[in-house]
Amino acid sequence: MDFALTEEQEMIRESAENFLADVSTSAAVREAMQTEQGYDQQVWRRICEEMVWPAIHIPEIYGGMGLGYVELAVLLEKMGKYLLCSPYFSTVCLGVNALLIAGTKQQKGDYLPKIAEGQLTATLAYTGINGRWDAHGVQATYQKTDAGYLLNGQFRFVPDGHTAELLIVAAREEGSQGEQGVALFALSAEVQGVTRQWLPTMDQTRKQAEINFAAVSVDDSALMINADSGWSKLSSIIQLAQVAIAAEQMGGAQQTLDMAVDYTQEREQFGRKIASYQAIKHKAADMMLKAEVARSAVYFAACVGQEVLAEQGDAELIDDLPQAASMAKAYCSDAFFFNAGNGIQFFGGVGFTWEYDCHLYFKRAKSTETFLGNASYHRELIAKQLLDTDGGLS
Amino acid sequence: MKLQFSAEDELFRAEFSAWLADNLTGEFEVIRYRGGPGDEHMYPSERHQWEKKMAAGGWTCIGWPKAYGGKDASIEQQVIFHEEYARVGGPGRMGHIGEGLTGPTIIAYGSEEQKQKYLPGILDGTELWCQGYSEPSAGSDLAAVKTKAVLDEGLNKWRISGQKVWTSLAHESDWCFVVARTDPQSQRHKGLGFFLVKMDQPGVEVRPIEQLTGTSEFNEVFFDEAVAEDILGKPGEGWTIAMALLGFERGVSTLGQQMLFQNELDTIVHVAKDNGASQDPALRQRIAEAHTGLRLMRYNAMRMLSDPTSGDLDKSALVYKLHWASWHRNLGKLAMDVLGPESEICASGPYELTRLQSMYLFTRSDTIYGGTNQVQRNIIAERGLGMPREAKG
Repeated sequence: MDFALTEEQEMIRESAENFLADVSTSAAVREAMQTEQGYDQQVWRRICEEMVWPAIHIPEIYGGMGLGYVELAVLLEKMGKYLLCSPYFSTVCLGVNALLIAGTKQQKGDYLPKIAEGQLTATLAYTGINGRWDAHGVQATYQKTDAGYLLNGQFRFVPDGHTAELLIVAAREEGSQGEQGVALFALSAEVQGVTRQWLPTMDQTRKQAEINFAAVSVDDSALMINADSGWSKLSSIIQLAQVAIAAEQMGGAQQTLDMAVDYTQEREQFGRKIASYQAIKHKAADMMLKAEVARSAVYFAACVGQEVLAEQGDAELIDDLPQAASMAKAYCSDAFFFNAGNGIQFFGGVGFTWEYDCHLYFKRAKSTETFLGNASYHRELIAKQLLDTDGGLS
Repeated sequence: MKLQFSAEDELFRAEFSAWLADNLTGEFEVIRYRGGPGDEHMYPSERHQWEKKMAAGGWTCIGWPKAYGGKDASIEQQVIFHEEYARVGGPGRMGHIGEGLTGPTIIAYGSEEQKQKYLPGILDGTELWCQGYSEPSAGSDLAAVKTKAVLDEGLNKWRISGQKVWTSLAHESDWCFVVARTDPQSQRHKGLGFFLVKMDQPGVEVRPIEQLTGTSEFNEVFFDEAVAEDILGKPGEGWTIAMALLGFERGVSTLGQQMLFQNELDTIVHVAKDNGASQDPALRQRIAEAHTGLRLMRYNAMRMLSDPTSGDLDKSALVYKLHWASWHRNLGKLAMDVLGPESEICASGPYELTRLQSMYLFTRSDTIYGGTNQVQRNIIAERGLGMPREAKG
């Protein structure tokens, strides 16, 4: 048992820190977030070519670096810290994971090397206009045709959905309900019948889109592996994404704490630094507790994610993915929001201005909290496992 | 980063769990799950027998160096030890003060003669220890110690006068370690000494404290020119030794404590399924939150215990007390809310509390002893975040 980062992981963390401190400054974030695309193409090129981050957990046979989910989590923590504006989350934490979990050999061979080389961006679309994150959220439909499949329907809240080049979408067999009849397809965003619309968002650092499928025709090779059921594959993909979001949130929770504490060491009122007031110190201590526990939640869930993606992972840990992901997402969502909200309070009046960065984190906290299920949603999932089964779990 | 224990450690686990299965039976059946926090006054003689049984099996003081009779067990093995012990409902350890606190302190600061004199009695489970830190006016502020130590030149021994409080198992213990002021002119953490005092002597009086549970596992101990058998280190080194003592456990027992928490949470889940509280949406949220909090406490502890090469690890240790104490206090309230109206009904009259009632009430002490939540927050802010220190009066 060893629950500390390895030397190599520490090195990855440090190089991410150095790179992002340079390219993802407040000014850079503000410039990128005001574009519809949502990121700076040059920075994205450097991420792909210099840092080779999209390749991080793609297996070597597909041109990747073959590292694990903990290494990925380490990067995401820093991206969360610096509010990086990039298609990284959508391409890697949704696209690559979907291909790894449900891609056919051919799909993996076609797409993963391109993503690894930075030649392809991707995203996952499954939730319809009802905005649900469970199986009921899959509202688009598919029909088997002689030539392949015919897809119809609407997707909303799709990260980078307006810019991603490869779309991985979930659709259900016409007439099916709930977890039944769900299938995944991988197709180019350029296919006829696909229309995409950017949705302006309160958190400008992460772009969302609506995607409409009107009689989109794809051939059989677009269908992904749906072995037992498409929903079980999609669940794993979603859970891995929840772990990834949690890692970003943890980075954000730490950063909002650090920024707030630094400010209290400068700001003076009533003749002393506000950091010297217990009302401030005690709140900061609560924020640190949240950041630390969030870190433990993320590291554990990332270890589980590692086993899920490994060729011969530990079966017990693999079974733990749904709960590990829900724990991490629930805890980190609350922690980031708590720290970002208190961060504004620590800064006082200037925390309410556009000029200071507090609001960027506060908005990111809310958007990541909502995306893929907030804390209540995940606690209910955990409650189901604990209370609605005969055995219960320890 | 690796979550699994090594094959060697798993072998150790199997060995200890087999020993427990064979030995925590018969006359000891009655003390399973007993004697923990809030229940420490129960079954003292059976539990003392159990200490000797543990010792005979070679299962006391496993973390001590081999040279002093321990097993030199790794952190992992100590974690496993505490986990397995709690898993089967091993009784509250009467020897834990000697094993976890006094022994390691004597090993670090005692003379060879002192080691020969005190360690064997701790190892074989015959001699029990209690601690004399807190005083009526020195709670969270330990450096406010007023108890005095005066050198009796005729005896060439120190005599202790003063009052200690919140001493658990004082009436069952053979020895007490006492922090007392050797220099009457001194202030705060200077001029203190660390003494080893025999309990069975005319100058020592133990009075039980009746707690809000109606039971008494804590005591006040009055010293009136009681003779200290030994001083550890030199006069004036008491504070250093007292602080080192608090660091010795290094949190390994916390994983055992978590297993006790798990037993409590399992009981609550069982009650909720039974009485329908499990269908109440608000309670479902709170049960899930409690479950999450406990699992994350485990991973926090594992980070804390992993090789501290990274500066982050100290931070996980800093927040640990605040985390578990607050979590456990919430669990107590959750237990009552899950029970609903039944939460008011005692096990029997006149005031025999149920296990969950007792737990609920006792959790109010968790956020006080060992540094209140408020003191913890000061420590976290000052040491973890580098914020200004509190002004000291």
